[in-house]
Amino acid sequence: MLGRVAHGIFWMYRYLERAENTARLLAAGQRMALTRGQDMADQEWKSILTTLGHRQAYEEHHDDYEGAHVCDFVLRSKDNSESVFSMVENARTNARACRSAITGEVWEAVNEGWMTMRDLLARPVRNSNLNMALGAIRRGSTLARGASHGSMLRNETYSFSRLGTFLERADNTARILDVKYYLLLPSLSYVGTPLDTGQWDNVLRSLSAERAYRWLNAGRMDARSIADFLILDGRFPRSLVFCYCEMRENLAELAQVHGSEGTCHSAMREADLRLTGKKVEDIFDQGLHQFLLEFIADNQKLAGAIAEDYRFVA
Amino acid sequence: MTATEPAKFDEMHKPDGSVREAYRGYDEWLSGQNDGWMRRKAFEAESFFRKTGITFNVYGEDDAEERLIPFDMVPRIITGGEWRRLSRGIEQRVRALNAFMHDLYHRQEIIRSGRLPERLFRDNAAWLAEMVGFTPPGGVYTHIVGIDLVRTGPDEFMVLEDNARTPSGVSYMLENRETMMAMFPELFSKVKVSDVSDYPRRLAKSLAACAPEGANDKPSIAVLTPGIYNSAYYEHAFLADQMGAELVEGSDLRVIDGKVHMRTTVGFRPVDVIYRRVDDEYLDPLTFNRDSVLGIPGVMDVYRAGNVTIANAPGTGVADDKAIYSFMPEIVEFYTGEKPLLPNVETFRCADPDSLKYVLDNLAELVVKEVHGSGGYGMLIGPTSSKKELKEFRAKLEARPENYIAQPTLALSTCPIFTKKGLAPRHVDLRPFVLCSPEGVDITPGGLTRVALKKGSLVVNSSQGGGTKDSWVLED
Repeated sequence: MLGRVAHGIFWMYRYLERAENTARLLAAGQRMALTRGQDMADQEWKSILTTLGHRQAYEEHHDDYEGAHVCDFVLRSKDNSESVFSMVENARTNARACRSAITGEVWEAVNEGWMTMRDLLARPVRNSNLNMALGAIRRGSTLARGASHGSMLRNETYSFSRLGTFLERADNTARILDVKYYLLLPSLSYVGTPLDTGQWDNVLRSLSAERAYRWLNAGRMDARSIADFLILDGRFPRSLVFCYCEMRENLAELAQVHGSEGTCHSAMREADLRLTGKKVEDIFDQGLHQFLLEFIADNQKLAGAIAEDYRFVA
Repeated sequence: MTATEPAKFDEMHKPDGSVREAYRGYDEWLSGQNDGWMRRKAFEAESFFRKTGITFNVYGEDDAEERLIPFDMVPRIITGGEWRRLSRGIEQRVRALNAFMHDLYHRQEIIRSGRLPERLFRDNAAWLAEMVGFTPPGGVYTHIVGIDLVRTGPDEFMVLEDNARTPSGVSYMLENRETMMAMFPELFSKVKVSDVSDYPRRLAKSLAACAPEGANDKPSIAVLTPGIYNSAYYEHAFLADQMGAELVEGSDLRVIDGKVHMRTTVGFRPVDVIYRRVDDEYLDPLTFNRDSVLGIPGVMDVYRAGNVTIANAPGTGVADDKAIYSFMPEIVEFYTGEKPLLPNVETFRCADPDSLKYVLDNLAELVVKEVHGSGGYGMLIGPTSSKKELKEFRAKLEARPENYIAQPTLALSTCPIFTKKGLAPRHVDLRPFVLCSPEGVDITPGGLTRVALKKGSLVVNSSQGGGTKDSWVLED
């Protein structure tokens, strides 16, 4: 396949994944804001902007952290080049540019998702419609992913689509954890207070992990097992270990198709060392924040190596 | 258009209101359908097109970057007998066009014989000195041709234009049929319509047959597009997808060791046939427009060395010129030794002083076109123009007469469209798509029917608000 098309596919799925994860983050934030006082709500919106890397851009245009302003900025503001709408539009632009590499079903899913968003985000979303809009964003990405899974040939194109998806997802999970890492430190003094469990619940919700976690832990909630679950549990599809397992498999597929490995394969092995066979205690010993920072940086390096190995640009 | 408008030929209804043979099956079916249901279907068709993304971009409109070409649900129907006659005429014309291209870039017998004035190609911007003395692989210049036909009576079909450069619209031929079959499956079991859906396969086969010598059994074919902002991008992607060819942009291609290669994830891989949807002048920045980023530096050298096929061949745009068009009857006769089976529309060359005088005297009755123009831009339709417009055009004509040709305002045939008030006749034309290779001329039974949606309008171009219809050739 063409390097340009591999590039387009990889990023198309990154954009879709990011749009979806952003919607999740906003939904959790909205819930938090509703159940807490103004101060806590402001804190929460601020931390969402930080997670998304939008804080600076936002503060250039606003001097408050009103939920409505934050949501509008993140979802659709023209001042925000990384708004959810831009993500959805970029994904569609890439799908158009790579139209002959994806199936009609995938194209229609992405195109319809964009049409829905264009109408839904044409004007500010009313608070009463926010949940519906966030649901529609998630559904758009889900539909595209499902159409890909159900209709695309298992070839190079598919491998790049999966690599984009899981590389972005690992990045997003790590960022969400990093912004809230202090909540997950086992040394936290007020363990078990309602404020605390509420915050933990919020972290889980940001990753649609609350139900899975409860299912496995039968009502127990503590920082250690939450970190363990979100980082190391290979059964949960947004955990770092799960994402890396998918990436490892897809990189192996590419190596097989091409008959050789590239620098991205050794980068993958190095990144794997960080996770394989690790216990959550090891991570806490190293320092959770430090671990996440290094993870995010390595993840980015991996993306760079993939782009280089597969000739994404001339 | 009132008093001057001649009697029109309606393809579905006779003047007494009865239905013509071709439309009998369709009419029987239609009379069994409920009006409200048909209106819902029209809405359904539009959302189908939006979802599949069959859009085109209009130059010069910022807010409407992607627009739909309106689709009308009444098919345009041609009988098997009519089609057979048409396709014989089309094949003859396309063979002549290809022979004409070869001659123009070689011995120029037609000019030596005095049948064609030399200035016609000397002044022609589409003429390429780089093509002189060179024969493209397989001797094919016009791999894909669109012949625009108009009709004025039961047996009167005429050629309005030849599109030998890069005819577009074939994706509409295919998608309109898909849409019709999805919406009205029972109609297709009642009326037997010739299949068009294998056009992409035929195109791939025809292009493969034109591969340069030395290419392997399965030549690698790439569709070269200017990119997603081009007005016909949808079609480029559609054809690549349907042919199983790569859709490439100039930046994906590079000349290495005298061959064109594309940048793939495993490195550079050779390309044998380039179906380019990029104009000649942007094809090679080393040969033509130096600022072009759409092309491939050095591709013309590879081409002239016989190591890649470019379809259509550079320089074929000469044949799209409307002054050349006016000589097509002579051209057909010169190269085939036969009388043309399909007539031209009567054409006045304004370069000729007598014709110019006639045109200026009868401007309000005529259609005047720029010889190099296309897409319905820069033309005058006398009968529908204001006094001011006529006056302005007269000045242009007098300043540069050789830049124009004129034709009588034809009584173009009509075909009904759906309107809120029921069926209403509108003017139509037809563009069949023709493939040429050393294996022969291949014409898919059907084509693109363009329809003027405004009452009385004769302009069917999509850039000027025209729509399209599914075009049926009946099986008999």
